[in-house]
Formats: sequence, C-alpha cells, structure tokens
Amino acid sequence: MDILQIVGLALIATFLVLTLKWQSPTIAFLISMLTGVLIFAFLLSPIKLIFAEIEKLAGAANVDLKFLGTILKIIAIAYIAEFAAQIVRDSGEAGLAAKIEFAGKIFILVLAIPIVKVVIDTIMRVLS
Amino acid sequence: MSMAVGTIMQIAGIGFLVAVLHTVLKSAGKEEFAHWTTLTGLIIALLLIVSKLNLLFTEITSVFRIQ
Repeated sequence: MDILQIVGLALIATFLVLTLKWQSPTIAFLISMLTGVLIFAFLLSPIKLIFAEIEKLAGAANVDLKFLGTILKIIAIAYIAEFAAQIVRDSGEAGLAAKIEFAGKIFILVLAIPIVKVVIDTIMRVLS
Repeated sequence: MSMAVGTIMQIAGIGFLVAVLHTVLKSAGKEEFAHWTTLTGLIIALLLIVSKLNLLFTEITSVFRIQ
C-alpha cells in the first residue's frame, strides 16, 4: 500500500536527519527537504486523478471551465506555499515561513477576484 | 519509490562522509582542508536536491496546468 511506503520513507529520513543533526545540520536540512520533495512528487499522481474526476463532474454539470482553471491554480498555489512554508519552518525560520504563506494568500486573492466579481454580478442581476 | 529511498541514502552518505572527513582532517591538523571538503560535500548534496526539486516543479506545472 502506498501509504506504507510514504511512512517508511519518512521514518527513515527522520532517523537520518537526527543522526546527522549534530554533525552537519545543513545536510540534515537537505535530507528533510528532499523527503518533502519526494513525498509531494509521489502524491502528484493521485492529485491528477482527482482533478480528472472533478473535471468530468464539472463538464457534466456544465460549470464554466474557466473557473475550474482558476480553482486549479489556487489549489496549486496553496499546495506549493504549504510545502515550502513547512520546510522553512522546520529549519527554524518561522518568520520566513509566515512570509511565504502571506505571499501565497496574496496570490490566491488576486486569482479569486474575477470569481468574486461574477458572484456579485449574478446577485445584482437576481436582486434588480 | 525505491529510487526515492536511494537518493535519500545518497545524501545521507555524503553527510556522513563529510562529517567523518571533517573530524579526521581537523585532527590531522589540516584545518582548511576540512572546511573545503565540508563545502564540496554540501554543494554536491545541493546539486542533487536541486535536480529533484526541478523535477517536482515541472511536474506540478504539468499537473495543475499552469502555463
């Protein structure tokens, strides 16, 4: 089962990080980053599957695909920002991690503006 | 998945090697050699990881269909 592989990989990596922690902390940080990269790369294929399903459902419910594209981008930004922020916070730079998350939020807001505009337009049309 | 464990073991190997070399060279009196080996070990590990990171980011752009 895939989850066992991921858990095994993470436990081995934590063991290696701890053994190398006091000798060379930078290599320990690199190992933890590499494990993060590998686990996220491993998770991409299920995510691709989920998006294919969502797209099919959206097609059936004839939702405008442009919004689906924006939602996809928003999820991607959240996904990457979370990935980087956790690694940076792990290495002790909490301030930097907060900045990364803040930047992620700003980019998501920028992407969300058109959707909010459409929602408001439809409400106005319904009310007037 | 096994390729993944391989890379982690590689980086850990570099880390151990560098740490041992550092202490050995320091005790042998060649201080600046020790620092050089640590630096090169770090650079090699970083290059390895940057290639994996590049792989991940290209895959993300393809999965999330970002241009």
